[in-house]
Amino acid sequence: MSGIREISVFAENKPGKIEKITGVLANEGINILAISIASTNGFGIIKFIVDKMELAYQKLKEKGFTVSLNEVLAIEMKDMPGQIHEIARVLLRNEINMENAYVFIEESRKQAYFIVQVKDIERAKRLLEKENLKLYDEVKEEK
Amino acid sequence: MFWQEEIETIDSKNLEKLQLERLQKTVRCVYENVPFYRDKFKDKSLKPDDIKTLQDIRKLPFTTRDDLRLNYPYGLLAVPKNGGVVRLHTSSGTTGKPKAIFFSKNDVNQSAELIARCLVMTGVKSDDILQNMMTYGLFTGALVMHYGAEKVGILVIPAGPGNTERQIALMQDFSSTCLHLTPSYALYLSEVMESKGIMPKRDLSLRRAYLGAEPYSEETRKKLEQMLGIDIYNSYGLSEMNGPGVAFECINKDGMHIWEDNFIVEILDQETGEPVTEGQQGELVLTTLCREGMPFLRYRTKDIAKIIPGKCRCGRTHKRISRILGRVDDMFIVRGVNIFPQQIERVLMSIKGVAQNYQIHLEAYDKMLVKVEIEQDFFDGNIEHLLILKSKITEKLKSEILITPKVELLEPSTLPMSEGKTQRVIDRRTL
Repeated sequence: MSGIREISVFAENKPGKIEKITGVLANEGINILAISIASTNGFGIIKFIVDKMELAYQKLKEKGFTVSLNEVLAIEMKDMPGQIHEIARVLLRNEINMENAYVFIEESRKQAYFIVQVKDIERAKRLLEKENLKLYDEVKEEK
Repeated sequence: MFWQEEIETIDSKNLEKLQLERLQKTVRCVYENVPFYRDKFKDKSLKPDDIKTLQDIRKLPFTTRDDLRLNYPYGLLAVPKNGGVVRLHTSSGTTGKPKAIFFSKNDVNQSAELIARCLVMTGVKSDDILQNMMTYGLFTGALVMHYGAEKVGILVIPAGPGNTERQIALMQDFSSTCLHLTPSYALYLSEVMESKGIMPKRDLSLRRAYLGAEPYSEETRKKLEQMLGIDIYNSYGLSEMNGPGVAFECINKDGMHIWEDNFIVEILDQETGEPVTEGQQGELVLTTLCREGMPFLRYRTKDIAKIIPGKCRCGRTHKRISRILGRVDDMFIVRGVNIFPQQIERVLMSIKGVAQNYQIHLEAYDKMLVKVEIEQDFFDGNIEHLLILKSKITEKLKSEILITPKVELLEPSTLPMSEGKTQRVIDRRTL
């Protein structure tokens, strides 16, 4: 069982930041599957899951963005009510704390993924193995 | 009105005679009691007896901020630390260690005498009440003023700074007539009064305020005088010279009389160390004439000022200096606290995750914003790590400079990297 990776970009709260970042991805024909934006007083972090992770990471770095590639959990779920609640219960039972989370939904709308950032990913994987949750591997890694 | 009329109106011949006597005494005293000065005299093959005229002051060695630091804490004492001195004040320095200034019993008294002269010079009478809104503590500002006002015999309210609503309540309850505070706090105070619908002229008994410890402009004085409906007088002092009361404005508000029976004033070209022509601006260099605990020869204040030529209508013969026109170094002052960009830099560079570049922005009256670039490799996509970094920077800066700045994290290489001297401090204050 394995997790997947997400790209994080550090951004000062300045107009035009997201426009610039997404512009880099669009130019390279990279498709954004999920996006999450967390902002605090003064700065923010934009997180992506894209179809071509390595390429996106390289290109953003080349353009001078402050980027990081991190492993996160991608927990499989059905695209239907109650699913996240179910996962949250499992995480709570196992004392796994969510640092950040968002959802990405497959095109078919049959399958969805709950993307969760946790402190100790290996521990989380070990614990979740014993639960009835499926973790997803790298999303359609590029070629 | 005078506190010590005879000395305040002394003619130039007698003043010079008195200055020479006191200078010779001071020179002998440091030569005999302070190894730092004795060594400097030896380097120059100078003996106390070589000082025969006031012009001979130019033979004497300078004393600098670094000398104070290197001889911290007791090295420059001219009297025994046990029994000889009764009070310590400090002032911040560039490299972490503050400057320690000691007062003997007579020094405490003498600095109070000078303040008494200053207060009476602005018209203070026995029915006046001084609300002292400077910081009590290691900073000289409040205590020296406090002792001086007590010497005049007026009521002093040791309010200290901050808690503006209580300050206003004190003014209302005790009919304060005089305030002593920093220009930035005066601006803030007048805004708070305005927002609360307090009209100083109608609701309070204020007559005058003494502003010091920070540079500010003539326009700000006029504005504050109008807003508060009072007279505002400039006060100049520095901890190294016993704090406030070194130079002060009389009712004519045209330059600050510097007490020449206590200090010899030189205005020197900051590069060459040579005197400028009278009326030109240069670095203010002061020699103490009455100090026992820590006499200083030719202390380089780093403050830029000029002598205002001509006699003052008030009858005092002591020279007048202009308001402080600038600084020789890059020190800046926020809320009365001396801050050097190097202090900020040292703190920032000691924290992991901080990149090389930073900027200090000064805004409004006393807001300080530090912009810091983070290191590329520090970023791991975790927002919490950035927030921890931000609060660590804030905490460490606070413990170094004693005020809490706002910290802003920036991406690497977003601040301008200029060739040569990078502009670290951007001062947009409207003082």
